[in-house]
Amino acid sequence: MLEQKHLLGLEGYPGKDIQTIIDTAFNFREVLDRPIKKVPSLQGVTIVNLFFENSTRTRISFELAQKRLSADTVNFSASSSSLKKGESFKDTSQNIEAMKIDAVVMRHPTPGSPKHLTNFIDSVIINAGDGTHEHPTQAILDMMSLYEKFGKLKGLRIGIVGDIMHSRVALSNIHGLKTMGAKVTLCGPPNLIPEHINDLGVSYSNNLDEVIEWADALNVLRIQKERMGRGLVPSTREYRSFFGITSDRIKNHKKEIVIMHPGPMNRGVEIDGSVADGDQTIILDQVLNGVASRMSILYLLCGGKTVEGV
Amino acid sequence: MGLEKISKNVLLKGGTIVDPYHNKTYKADIWLKNGDIFDIGNFDIPSSSDIIDCTGKVVTHGFCDLHVHFREPGREDKETIKTGSIAGMAGGFTRVCVMPNTNPPLDSPESVNFIMKKAQECPIHIHPIGAVTKGQDGRNLTEMGLMYQEGAVAFSDDGIPIQDGAMMRIALEYSKLIDVPVINHAEDECLRAEGVMNEGKISTRLGLPGNPDLAESSMVHRDLELADFTGAKIHVPHVSSAKAVDLIRKMKQQNDNVTAEVTPHHIFFNEEDLITYDTNLKVAPPIRSEIDRMALISAAKDGTIDCIATDHAPHTVEDKETTFDLASFGMIGLESCFGVVNKVLCKESNMNLIDLICLLTMQPRNLMGFDSDLFCKGSSAEITIIDAEEDWIFSKEHIKSKSINSPYIGKKLIGKIKYTISKSHIYKNS
Ligand SMILES: [Zn+2]
Repeated sequence: MLEQKHLLGLEGYPGKDIQTIIDTAFNFREVLDRPIKKVPSLQGVTIVNLFFENSTRTRISFELAQKRLSADTVNFSASSSSLKKGESFKDTSQNIEAMKIDAVVMRHPTPGSPKHLTNFIDSVIINAGDGTHEHPTQAILDMMSLYEKFGKLKGLRIGIVGDIMHSRVALSNIHGLKTMGAKVTLCGPPNLIPEHINDLGVSYSNNLDEVIEWADALNVLRIQKERMGRGLVPSTREYRSFFGITSDRIKNHKKEIVIMHPGPMNRGVEIDGSVADGDQTIILDQVLNGVASRMSILYLLCGGKTVEGV
Repeated sequence: MGLEKISKNVLLKGGTIVDPYHNKTYKADIWLKNGDIFDIGNFDIPSSSDIIDCTGKVVTHGFCDLHVHFREPGREDKETIKTGSIAGMAGGFTRVCVMPNTNPPLDSPESVNFIMKKAQECPIHIHPIGAVTKGQDGRNLTEMGLMYQEGAVAFSDDGIPIQDGAMMRIALEYSKLIDVPVINHAEDECLRAEGVMNEGKISTRLGLPGNPDLAESSMVHRDLELADFTGAKIHVPHVSSAKAVDLIRKMKQQNDNVTAEVTPHHIFFNEEDLITYDTNLKVAPPIRSEIDRMALISAAKDGTIDCIATDHAPHTVEDKETTFDLASFGMIGLESCFGVVNKVLCKESNMNLIDLICLLTMQPRNLMGFDSDLFCKGSSAEITIIDAEEDWIFSKEHIKSKSINSPYIGKKLIGKIKYTISKSHIYKNS
């Protein structure tokens, strides 16, 4: 049904397949609104959630998607530090595959590790975030949410605001949105924007107000507290004054703008609580669409053969 | 096949002699007695000699590599001086300089002596490079004079850049006592930071932390200034960037004590090859852009680069078969060297074969002060016999090193080593 066996990233991922995933996700969205939110589509399919890094939200979203599809799931969590102590990535993954599984959902701190995993195992691999590389399922749920709001992706103007350098969400969004015909402008402190990002066909501005005037929607990235005071960002106060989605800043702009955030939010840092809870945001829709798009991805990749009940 | 002691007289018959020292190419036979060159000319077949048919082959000086890591002492599971020697012979090398970043490092006259003793049992000539600082700590100068007397031919903390400019100055000044080169692995550690590949459009796409070219060029600039200021000899290893090439080219116009090397991998690959996340391509300094690769090729052609050095860096499968961030830096390079540089420089970039041979023989020898007039009667034979036209696919069976971390496996190379003769031994490749 989809061209590629795995979902490793959105760079070079076919646009028609992104559209198929989104369309199917809307079907599953209906399932989630029913009183009994479960379909038998992946009965007998076994999926391992292999998390080498903590990520409560992504893991719960995947788990829920798997349960709603009636798949059997196993969770494996290991801190990357225990890996560093000698248990090899290869051994861990081969051991898990030996237990006869069909798909692996992996979160790992190292860029490229899902691709690396394809060298060792035959199962379907879904990248749930690989370091600062990609987070394709997040970008798909973001695009689904935009689609829900605007009825299209082509021609949309999207601003991505914050720490682009350390963000897998940004890279996957850039690739996905470009493929689907949207325009992307990045906005953030110059030292958190990769030097060569222009090669990806996006624009950059360090003036958030200009980006707000230009954009149909903003995807606001989490600015990690660890970056503060490490010399990358001088202070929270300074960051907010230039790049914070504050209620004052939003009030100053007359136009309507849709605000997204992949979570978890730092209220009072990159976004004000009052903005986050306001009418312009679609943050909670993103969460629900996250489950629906992951159902869609799992269904399409894990050979869901019947569509009954959908 | 493999390594044999030469027990009989040997006639290298009908080959094309390429003599880089006299800058001459001519057809002749070389007659060896007891592993020494007895005569060069045209001879009838003497009955008591083994004949090696060299028709269509190039017969030239044994190659000399100024930059190898043989891991002994400390990591004999990756390589030993003995296994490294065999890998060298398979690649046409009869003389190598081993880097001192072993465990413990070669930072005393005793450790230099340990290598010299091991070297005696090997079929190729092995010269230790001593550490610049004790324990490669970047702070305390080693006993360079005594180490030189034991056999150290140059000094380097390779693997660890000398960050402190004052320390580098002290090392350069002191090295004038013995007049040998100081070799600094030029990378500013603060700018390099966590970088695991070249910073550029590919690192941005792959999400891997980048190491910018100016991490190299800024330190090369510092080192060249210091060398010029002190009047000492500096050798810049594994140059990787166009920026560093420009600085070296400029300084060479005013200073004869500056030399530089390039590795085969920095002229064969570019950053786009890392798109597969192949950890065998994780090296320090990193493989850079196509612009940098082209600049290195030009530098090899115009004399800015003095020699080819492999930076042969063996690692275990476990050290490489891991995620990109955890994988060790380095690749092996002795066995594949000629097929790589001949393909890139002679076949793709119009360099003359004799000029390439100079980069592998006379020039590295001269800069280390080794004898480079090898084709004279009575001298101990260091000879490499090459088929410069043969196309072949590099594969695991061509690897003689203890480690197999080579990104060339499966790649087409041009030019193959047929025989290597050194220290009364002959190595025949399959
Ligand atoms: Zn080095």
